[in-house]
Amino acid sequence: MISLVISLVHRLFSVSGIDVLKVLAAVGFSSFFVLSAKESKAIEADLSSHLVAITAGFSGDRILLFGSINSPGEVIVVVRGPDTDFKVQRKGQVAGIWMNTASMKFESVPSFYSIASTGPIEEISSSATRALNAIGFDNIGLELPVTKAAGKLADSWKDALLRNLLRSGNYQLENAEIVFLGEHLFRTEFELPANVPTGTYSVSVYHLRDGQIIDARTTPLTVSKIGVEAEIYDYAHLHSAMYGVIAIVIALVSGWIGHLIFRKG
Amino acid sequence: MQIYLPIAEISVDIILLLAMGGGVGLLSGIFGVGGGFLMTPILIFVGVPPAVAVATQANNVIASSVSGVFAHWKRGNVDFLMGWILLIGGFIGSTLGVGLFTFLKSLGQIDLVINLSYVIFLGTIGLLMMLEGIKAVFRRRKSGGASRGKLHEHNWFHGLPLKMRFRKSRLYISALLPFGIGFFVGVLSAIMGVGGGFILVPAMIYMLGMPTAMVIGTSLFQIIFVAANVTFLQAAQNQTVDVVLALLLLVGSVLGAQVGTRIGAKMQGDWLRLLLGILVVMVCGKLFLDLLIEPADLYALEMAE
Repeated sequence: MISLVISLVHRLFSVSGIDVLKVLAAVGFSSFFVLSAKESKAIEADLSSHLVAITAGFSGDRILLFGSINSPGEVIVVVRGPDTDFKVQRKGQVAGIWMNTASMKFESVPSFYSIASTGPIEEISSSATRALNAIGFDNIGLELPVTKAAGKLADSWKDALLRNLLRSGNYQLENAEIVFLGEHLFRTEFELPANVPTGTYSVSVYHLRDGQIIDARTTPLTVSKIGVEAEIYDYAHLHSAMYGVIAIVIALVSGWIGHLIFRKG
Repeated sequence: MQIYLPIAEISVDIILLLAMGGGVGLLSGIFGVGGGFLMTPILIFVGVPPAVAVATQANNVIASSVSGVFAHWKRGNVDFLMGWILLIGGFIGSTLGVGLFTFLKSLGQIDLVINLSYVIFLGTIGLLMMLEGIKAVFRRRKSGGASRGKLHEHNWFHGLPLKMRFRKSRLYISALLPFGIGFFVGVLSAIMGVGGGFILVPAMIYMLGMPTAMVIGTSLFQIIFVAANVTFLQAAQNQTVDVVLALLLLVGSVLGAQVGTRIGAKMQGDWLRLLLGILVVMVCGKLFLDLLIEPADLYALEMAE
């Protein structure tokens, strides 16, 4: 109950307008499916928590998603972080030393992406469905515009980005970790790594039959820095000069305290 | 126990940080050096972004220099005139250095430059220290006592204009010389996150010909202000100073240095220099190998700002 209130408050006050619009659009999109499929096709789902707080002791988190479908079918869960830009650096050998020799910027790609499903997504969904709903690594805009790179070169940059994101845990390979408890109830867990990007995530749950989506739900998940750490980060970025002065004062005072200890010892 | 560092944006074991601070503090106490040249590479080894490691270490240098300068000040071992001229050079050098840092960061080459600076400058100093240590140990075994070298030699730079009298150091040399040294060390401290003592101290002894007693206090005086300038500029321009990380390292290093000073007092100077030389060469060797060995993945990710 308390966490619900917190997440509500958080959603009301801390989420930017664009994020709210995205969530509203996603909810509208999913309710379209609900309306178009009136008979018993409803899917319900919720998260164990809608707020992941990055506090002093944060070392990653597991989020539990549970839900129910009231007719047979397959389920795909997509967790998508806020879009961001990534820069990939490529090293080359110059005079015997490995240094960055080329870089490529990927704009507006998900900062986090994880899929859970009841089976291999190629088998339980049609490619058109996946393309339309941005399901799978091939459908989330990792392709470079031809003006930047084309053909094999573009592929090697894309593969490098994907490989690095998979290694850091920002992207997670499709797994079939959705567990059914009886006929209707299902649950799955996904892991947020320690360096999880902050922002508003969308967790979409799709109910599929014959490769087509028959119902969907999208629920938001907020990942944000909370507490002293968040305040320090904000202060360092909003009042950079003052932060520098404070850092100097702290160092001066602790050096002086150190001197006092040394003198006694 | 993990702690989340707000600026570095990674989780690190708090015990590991305290141990690192303690270990480097111990060594800096034993050898009587700042320890920044060890701490910055170690921070990078454990996954702190190089830019954050350098800027945070500059913040730490202030603290360790302050605690050292009091003692020298009381003994009258600070040549303030010399200190101010070094400082003017240091201020200009470190300001340009931070600008250079920001520029190299935007080019994606800052990690390379940090590593190369360590390999070149620290490697050279480390090798020289090692050789001198070996020589001294060897010589003492043969003749039973260390012989004194020349105080300082007269070189071309003693003919530079703008000569000034430095009463405390009993020197009459060109002001351009300490200015230039201060400038050079300022640039290095901005890029390498070190106080620069390892360059400054030999330069003051061998190039300026200052009395050794005066060198440590005066260099600490200069380093405090240059490190403060670097900290301020890094925080303001790059937002890379992590106060949580700095404080945790500080706790360990203050305690470690206390123990280290006592151990150091019991050891012979020549052996200390040899051991420090070996340590420095090892750190540089590791950094150099990292540059030479083909990385497992040629592609690396960098979060665009």
